[in-house]
Amino acid sequence: MTEKKIRVLVAKPGLDGHDRGAKVVARALRDAGMEVIYTGLRQTPEMIAEAALQEDVDVVGLSILSGAHMALAPRILELLKNNGQDQVKVFIGGIIPDEDMPRLREMGITGIYGPGASTEDIIKDVREAVQE
Amino acid sequence: MSLTKSVLEGNRLALARLLSQVENDSPEGRSALAELFQHTGQAQLIGITGAPGTGKSSLVNQLALHYRKSTDKKIAIVAVDPSSPFTGGAVLGDRVRMRDLAGDNGIFIRSMATRGSLGGIAQKTASLVQVFDAAGYEIILIETVGAGQSEVDVARLAHTTLVVEAPGMGDEIQAIKAGILEIADVLVINKADRPGVENTERALRSTLELAHPTKRVFRHHGKDMSVAASGDDPSMWIPPIHKTVATEGRGIPELADSIAKHAAHLRQSGDWRARDRARLESEVEALLRETLMDRFLEGARKEKYDEMIEQVLSRNISPHEAVKSLLDGKQV
Repeated sequence: MTEKKIRVLVAKPGLDGHDRGAKVVARALRDAGMEVIYTGLRQTPEMIAEAALQEDVDVVGLSILSGAHMALAPRILELLKNNGQDQVKVFIGGIIPDEDMPRLREMGITGIYGPGASTEDIIKDVREAVQE
Repeated sequence: MSLTKSVLEGNRLALARLLSQVENDSPEGRSALAELFQHTGQAQLIGITGAPGTGKSSLVNQLALHYRKSTDKKIAIVAVDPSSPFTGGAVLGDRVRMRDLAGDNGIFIRSMATRGSLGGIAQKTASLVQVFDAAGYEIILIETVGAGQSEVDVARLAHTTLVVEAPGMGDEIQAIKAGILEIADVLVINKADRPGVENTERALRSTLELAHPTKRVFRHHGKDMSVAASGDDPSMWIPPIHKTVATEGRGIPELADSIAKHAAHLRQSGDWRARDRARLESEVEALLRETLMDRFLEGARKEKYDEMIEQVLSRNISPHEAVKSLLDGKQV
């Protein structure tokens, strides 16, 4: 029997076009043995939730550098929930002001990573979150 | 309610979860496949293969759009990308080119990693296709990994196989090598707005002329059967060549037309059934091999097996002798 692979959707919602960070994280997760579905730029929350459903992922990683995280994150969480995917863990990477972090965590975001975060920490956190 | 029942009723979340179970070869996945099998055999399976960077994903995107516009059939896409041989991880990026398909409930895209399989598709791709088939997806597009010359498994799975080329990818010698070109039912030259398209077309056309019309011999029901060849024999399918620009949707209706003609040809000539048979036969064969191996290694024989491997490793006996000994001296 094949072992269960951790499946992660890495998505870039919103309108900014900077995807270097998302690609670095996607590659690091791949090198950690995970299957990463990469969606590309300018995804709407609806597109992300739909992809998460079709791909039956364990984790959604959002890369947001536009400052729109307080609008995008709750919408994506809501859509995942509506689809019956409450168990999916959502992580955010990007430029997130400190004062927004507690509210994002309250909403149900599992992990938040700013510039300089180590990919090892992300890998460790993803593994732990999925094992729960 | 059981997962299979929800899948048959069109529940997309249930379908996504079942696909994972089947891909992971879990006991639940196996029993669901057994339950669903009677509902399969309805879908038209179209394989899309070709070298990396020829535009397979963009072509799949456009074909799916075209089918959604011209029919009310539900479309499933199984897109395969390679797993890393070192870590087992994968980045599956085919969805990047399929943005246009978002928001349509009649389309279901599933990305798959090869998980060690070398034939251009994953070991469980055929099983995933069966699940989609049972779930009422009438057209299933199967996109292989960027394939070189020998990743030809998709031809065994699909009814119609498209081989995608692009200008500037190789010369005439590449075109006459055995392998991927031989499995083409329809040839596509994508990126046809690029320079060099005439050369690519000429090379492919001369390859086709070398290959057709010739007498074609293939294995059918375990016997060699030959198809007599002459240029005007209507029972003979000669792969058409299509030029497309997938990013702009150019040439897509004509391509879809050729796919439909090929499907009609298969049904009329009886090859549709022959292909189904060959596919299911190879599936049974693979399962039988796997099961026999598992059964063989049960109990104490695993120890003997490991011991034999050691003997072979130290060059005391040959692999043939090892097998002979494992089978208690029976001839191999």
